Amino acid sequence: MATETIGWWGVPLAIIAGTIRGSAPFLFVSLGECLTEKSGKINLGLEGTLLLGAMSAYATSYLTGSPWLGVLMAGVAGMFLGLIHAFLVQQPKVNDIAVGIAMIIFGSGIAFFFGKPFIQPVAPRLPAIELGNWSDIPSVKAALQISPLFILGLAIAPLMQWFFRSTRWGLFIRAVGDSPEAAKAMGISVNKVRMLAIIAGSFLAGIGGAYLSLYYPGSWTERISSGQGLMAVALVIFARWNPVQCLYASLLFGGSQAIGPALQSVGVTGYYYLFNASPYILTLLIMIITCSPKRTLSGVPGALTTQN
Amino acid sequence: MLLQNWQVKLEKIFIPLAALIFSLFIFGIFCAAAGANPFEVYGSIYKAAFGSWYSFQNTLIRAAPLMLSSLCTALPAQLGLIIIGNEGALVIGGLAAVAMGLAIATLPPFAVQSAMAIASIIAGGLWIMAVGALRYYRGVNETISSLLLNYIAIAILNELVGGPMRDPSSLNKPSSYPILDINMLGNLPGTRIHYGLIYGIIACLIAYFLIQRTTFGFAVRTVGGNIRAAKIAGLPVGKLTLIICFLAGSCAGLAGMAEVAAVHGRANESLNSNYGYSGILVAFIARHNPLAAVLVSILLGGILASGGILQRSHNLPDATVLVFQGIVFLVILYSESLYGRLPFFKPSFRQQASKNLTTQV
Repeated sequence: MATETIGWWGVPLAIIAGTIRGSAPFLFVSLGECLTEKSGKINLGLEGTLLLGAMSAYATSYLTGSPWLGVLMAGVAGMFLGLIHAFLVQQPKVNDIAVGIAMIIFGSGIAFFFGKPFIQPVAPRLPAIELGNWSDIPSVKAALQISPLFILGLAIAPLMQWFFRSTRWGLFIRAVGDSPEAAKAMGISVNKVRMLAIIAGSFLAGIGGAYLSLYYPGSWTERISSGQGLMAVALVIFARWNPVQCLYASLLFGGSQAIGPALQSVGVTGYYYLFNASPYILTLLIMIITCSPKRTLSGVPGALTTQN
Repeated sequence: MLLQNWQVKLEKIFIPLAALIFSLFIFGIFCAAAGANPFEVYGSIYKAAFGSWYSFQNTLIRAAPLMLSSLCTALPAQLGLIIIGNEGALVIGGLAAVAMGLAIATLPPFAVQSAMAIASIIAGGLWIMAVGALRYYRGVNETISSLLLNYIAIAILNELVGGPMRDPSSLNKPSSYPILDINMLGNLPGTRIHYGLIYGIIACLIAYFLIQRTTFGFAVRTVGGNIRAAKIAGLPVGKLTLIICFLAGSCAGLAGMAEVAAVHGRANESLNSNYGYSGILVAFIARHNPLAAVLVSILLGGILASGGILQRSHNLPDATVLVFQGIVFLVILYSESLYGRLPFFKPSFRQQASKNLTTQV
């Protein structure tokens, strides 16, 4: 291994490499969840969306030979689940947490059902952009291989921020999320806006799934997602419903997930699983520190704190 | 008035039944599209789940942990808290039970079994009580914190069975040392059903009695109805939150104990087998009523038990049962919105008219 030649420097390098590789799925699901929650609804079912996206992308790439078509299909498959979720959560007396969990079961069921024949074959993967050719050290080169999807995610985060702040539709979504009654009085169709926001959010989460199966880890198995979809909800709280902060949070989560394997590569194997759980521990700690019973979180869409 | 009551009751039976039939219909279309005869698939599911005493026992074995795990969501829901930490409490309870069972393995079996049950109840209870405490004292959202704790519990499980508690002879699947055979929970006489089912039914009965028939339960429901009014009335909201969360977690913990002490015999990753997440759905579909949770658990246990036969006799992938489960749950959750909206069950016009008259007077 290359880490032998550069010794302990391999650890931070491996963490950086792991951050770049591992944070993209977090980024897509958290941006998708952010868009959804800004409209005042929670989608806990993005885990199922991620899995179905991963399967659709891999299957499409295998059948057509075009990984980019796979990415598109992943988004479309995500929209399909988003449509079901959006329809259900807008019915009266239907709890969005319960629907989310049912959607995880349904989405993963569909993904495993249709994905069974695609576990064995090898599909064409997405190409990587090599930014590390200036270096002779293989592990530096490997660390600077960047997926175009990751760059796309990097671009979407500030774009979504601008969308919320400065566009008409962004204002609609914020209005619906903060005060549905006021939005209704403004003549906005709350149902339509939420429907579109949830579907668009699921589209993004589906693309996150495509990253999993077509770039890293780069194969389709039933255990391909390690809970990134469920974590989206926590990530968005962590990022205070701000798309650019979703980017930072995703990098942090991707990075902290890379600590365990990075230490293992230099022979530190103790507490491997606990290091893997560090994103969850970190989120919980930050929530404990920043929450207060006396006020609601800053930045939370108003409709999320009331039952409606 | 009597007529209206009758209609409301009929509605409560009709809507879930119709939802179940409708979801079978959608699943049938799905099966037909996948190249299987839907009616044969229905027949197989029925046979595998409820068709004979042998298969019904399979169903009940799967229903037992679901009953206990569903209480972890159903009880805090009475207080207005949505807790989804069932999986974590189940895992921690199972771990505590194994640790206790190994530590005092040489005591008489009944003592060991009781100690394992108590260990799991306390461990699971404290696990969810932490969620309640964070909610009450720090305002941390209970849904998110309990979700995070699931992952932390699974990490603790993997860490312990991969390290300090590992039996060196478990090569492919790191596991703890096994509980001695004599200390395992036995089966009910003449059946293959373990005592976990009795735990589950008793826990649901106690929970129902506690919530519906005691002052404590009334206080809890008052807080769930209107927290500000409850505070003004002088109810100890913090104490109630902690107690309910402890009870909720202890039920899920006990489910973990039943799984290790009656099914697996040791702690390993099979403990984390999604009974937790299914339990959340059971609670929601039972509308957080512990007695209804028993029935829904048996229904879901039946669906889970039919997984094998779909694969063997219809050549459908094993994920089919997951699709079926998903469809059933989505349709039943949708049916919640239909209460009071179907014209047939609405109070008759005559009553409406008389109501209008009284308001005018």
